Amino acid sequence: MSEVRYTKDHEYVRVDGDTGTVGITDYAQKTLGDVVFVELPEVGKAFVSGEQAAVVESVKAASEVYAPVSGAVVAVNSALETSPGAVNEDATGAGWFFRIKLANAGELGGLMDESAYQAFLKTLD
Amino acid sequence: MLNNQGRPTAPSEAPRRARKTFTSNRALQIEEALIFEIGDACVTGVDIDEPAPFQPRLGAHERTSAIGLPGLSEPETMRHYVRLSQKNYAIDSGPYPLGSCTMKHNPRLNEQMARLPGFGDVHPLQPQSTVQGALELIDRLAHYLMTLTGTHAVAMSPKAGAHGEMCGMMAIRAALEARGESRTRNVVLVPDSAHGTNPATAALIGFDVRAVPARDDGTLSLEAVKAALAPDVAAIMITNPNTCGLFERDVVAIAEAVRAAGAYFYCDGANFNAIVGKTRPGDLGVDAMHINLHKTFSTPHGGGGPGAGPVVLSERLAPFAPVPFVRRSGGAFSLVEHARGGQAFGRVTAFHGQMGMFVRALSYMLSHGSDGMRQASEDAVLNANYVRVCLSDAMSPAFGERACMHEALFDDEWLKGTGLTTLDFAKAMIDEGYHPMTVYFPLIVHGAMLIEPTESESRASLDLFIMALRDLALAAKRGDTERFTGAPRFAPRGRLDETRAARDPVLRWTPKKPVDEPKTVE
Amino acid sequence: MRYLPLTPGDRQSMMQRVGVAGIDELFADIPADKLLRAPLDLPRAKSELEVSRMLGALAGKNVAASAVPFFVGAGAYKHHVPASVDHLIQRSEFLTSYTPYQPEIAQGTLQCLFEFQTQAACLTAMEVANASMYDGSTGTAEAVLMAHRITRRSKAVLSGGLHPHYADVVRTVSHMARDEVVSLPPDARASEDIIARIDNDTSCVVVQNPDFFGNLRDLAAIADACHAHGALLIAVFTEAVSLGLVTPPGDMGADIVAGEGQSIGNALSFGGPYVGLFATRRKYVRQMPGRLCGQTVDSEGRRGFVLTLSTREQHIRREKATSNICTNSGLCALAFTIHMTLLGEAGLKRLARVNHANAVKLADMLARVANVEVLNDSFFNEFTIRVKGDAAGVIEKLAAGGVLGGVPVSRLLPGAGLDDLIVVANTEVNTDEDREAFVSALQGVR
Repeated sequence: MSEVRYTKDHEYVRVDGDTGTVGITDYAQKTLGDVVFVELPEVGKAFVSGEQAAVVESVKAASEVYAPVSGAVVAVNSALETSPGAVNEDATGAGWFFRIKLANAGELGGLMDESAYQAFLKTLD
Repeated sequence: MLNNQGRPTAPSEAPRRARKTFTSNRALQIEEALIFEIGDACVTGVDIDEPAPFQPRLGAHERTSAIGLPGLSEPETMRHYVRLSQKNYAIDSGPYPLGSCTMKHNPRLNEQMARLPGFGDVHPLQPQSTVQGALELIDRLAHYLMTLTGTHAVAMSPKAGAHGEMCGMMAIRAALEARGESRTRNVVLVPDSAHGTNPATAALIGFDVRAVPARDDGTLSLEAVKAALAPDVAAIMITNPNTCGLFERDVVAIAEAVRAAGAYFYCDGANFNAIVGKTRPGDLGVDAMHINLHKTFSTPHGGGGPGAGPVVLSERLAPFAPVPFVRRSGGAFSLVEHARGGQAFGRVTAFHGQMGMFVRALSYMLSHGSDGMRQASEDAVLNANYVRVCLSDAMSPAFGERACMHEALFDDEWLKGTGLTTLDFAKAMIDEGYHPMTVYFPLIVHGAMLIEPTESESRASLDLFIMALRDLALAAKRGDTERFTGAPRFAPRGRLDETRAARDPVLRWTPKKPVDEPKTVE
Repeated sequence: MRYLPLTPGDRQSMMQRVGVAGIDELFADIPADKLLRAPLDLPRAKSELEVSRMLGALAGKNVAASAVPFFVGAGAYKHHVPASVDHLIQRSEFLTSYTPYQPEIAQGTLQCLFEFQTQAACLTAMEVANASMYDGSTGTAEAVLMAHRITRRSKAVLSGGLHPHYADVVRTVSHMARDEVVSLPPDARASEDIIARIDNDTSCVVVQNPDFFGNLRDLAAIADACHAHGALLIAVFTEAVSLGLVTPPGDMGADIVAGEGQSIGNALSFGGPYVGLFATRRKYVRQMPGRLCGQTVDSEGRRGFVLTLSTREQHIRREKATSNICTNSGLCALAFTIHMTLLGEAGLKRLARVNHANAVKLADMLARVANVEVLNDSFFNEFTIRVKGDAAGVIEKLAAGGVLGGVPVSRLLPGAGLDDLIVVANTEVNTDEDREAFVSALQGVR
């Protein structure tokens, strides 16, 4: 069973065992608008949680994507290089950014779960 | 004598509806293909005689590949570019109220002066004895710029505003180096209301950028600046009047605090047009400020350049000005082109700067005179306030009743509930024959609309503009959304798909690939 | 004041509407002791006639290139610009429009930029080009910064044949950004071994072709050496007409090309405004500085053009932008495009051949003058001569005799031990009479 956690910067991490799949939330893709480019990290690169790991661009905005948890990148979604629109169409599915091997599963406790994130979104408008 | 040919004498009574034409042209709006689609590599519009046979000295470096450049005869060239020009809006065709851009009238005398052979047809490396008039012109323009700003020196060579910014920040870095503090002072303070070039410039030359929170009106409080001033601060970059069109009330106290903390005050001079002849940045404590000659001093914008961005410098930065600079001795002028022995920080461009723009700017200054330049600023400020007041009940001014300088800022509060955005409103202005104002800038105001009418608009032009915007605002409020969401309808093109342009960029024309042979089906 | 439409009556009634009794109430945020109460101490307004007299007098003190036999080059070149070019760029719709931020009413400017980008890419034989830079020198400095971003290294190696001003600009920017620069000594004979200076820390090598002294260079071997070390080759040119006859940088493996486009469509104008050409490989386009115009469609499916990839730029990216550039050199780029369209490939090649033929003629004539030596083995329309004694003095004496005979190398490279060298340019504007006048004046100097 996988569990999904969220950051206040609207990244999500879906955890399967010791691997987390990272992307931006549906709310984030709507706010950004049509995504035109995603800059992905290199496989093997290690990040500390909160470090900039990727960049997502729409026509009028560029936004940093931060690693929600610490760890090394084990895979990136290179399909986004040719079809960045997948982020808009399916942010939490085909629009994932990269997979990271969790260095410290304890960090997940500091992130929001689904209901906490939904409550957080309500505070934004 | 009679109308024997049967010519109709009254307009047709058939209803005028838009319909498709065979050519896709619409009377004066004529579709025009790319030169690569209509030209031919064998055609030329310039008559040049083939040289007599000779022995080339190219070594083994002759170009053998085809270049792929189509040519057109002169009449075809004229028609091609005239037709393209007719798809552009321009100051000469109507108001261009782009906030922070100062789209004022471009006098044609300036163009004529810049094309005098003595200015337009002189080479930057001719012997200095043959260009004394050109050097004198640069010297005189420098004198005007220093007098208008109350400063001690000016670096003339920067090619545009952002280039001037870079030059000014380099002078600050050089001054810090001379003080032995360039390693310890590496932070530049930039208000979050600043124009994007400010942080970009600071970062480009290796400074770390620290944001200073602005008040809601984009101005800075002395307390916020003081809180941010630390021993690692090299400089602060402030736009004054700021990007919201307001003058920084506390600028003198801020300048004093910055100086007392051992840092420098860089002023972005993009909005200088509001205060020419009304106050001098040097008197306010500014150490360096670039001047966009293409904004304040009327050199044409040319569809996005060329500009010119001389930087005035305070006494403490003056020694670090880059080469080249003009030196006057008696009646003779000379160019100092090398930094040897001096403290000049280096060179920011080949040659001596945008001479063509210098001539135009001086022509503007001579024409206006000190009285006219002061009047121009007063008119620019009056026009902006007139627009602000006349629209304040129809739209929502960003800062209530507060007077503005040369540009009036509105937010999108008044559009709430209409389902329309600032962008929709801007595009509907196009159908009314106006270039939209600056939108979504400054970033700190939601759905910003920044209107800078400049001093070039007459009362009648302003009144019509105001009435048109009021009519649009009323339409928006009464739910006539169709007028907005489909706009522009009457422009040469409808809204363009920017997402498509960015996702799969087509940045040049390429010949169509030959059609593949039909594959045989197995 | 002829440029200000408001009448005194307008001002009064508008102030009333705004609710102020006097104009200075609108300037109330300016500290009272800093508000100027009277016009500054500069001359008062002047009529068009007075201004044109004053500026005409200043212009009259300069010697115009067309007025004398003229052989000055070294980074800016005297060419004939067809009359229609200047007419077209002075059309209001081109001259007095802004950056095309509202593409629906700026398709004219945008389509011209698209044509310019394509022409620049074709000319340099590169995959993509941007909508122009300020000039060749600032474009070269931007190319170095771009190479640093791509390679994540920070050392540039500059050829001794790079225009000295360009090298100074690169060194100034690099010093400020705390990047390393290795500058090879000036080299009039193009004999430097730049490949030996490339190592695994090298970000880029900057080589000009034709070089500052007029020599033609083979960049292919340098490109190979760069790529073997993970570095990029930046090819620079100052004479765009040369690309009609000389192997283009893209055919020799260049990764970034920065050049000066003044020669095509633009006046000498004492050094500016000019127009920088900037081209690269498609894979580096997101690291490119400056504006880019791209093709798309409008709401009705018709082809149109927009500024694109603007997330690289300062107004969105702020301190993370690829460059701080806002303006390009739009109108100069337009002049370039129109002149290039008039020339076409056939015209450009012929123009280049005439330039080369004239320069060969002059080189042969100068080589026969006693105590004058032509240094170049190969050249396009410019070469370097060695004279006896101080070249700057020779040039001054020629000027006094009404001949502008080139640029003494010491003007750009003082103290380099090259005081007897002159860089001489010869374009299609020079006649046989000009060349004879030059030769006989030079003979008279000794």
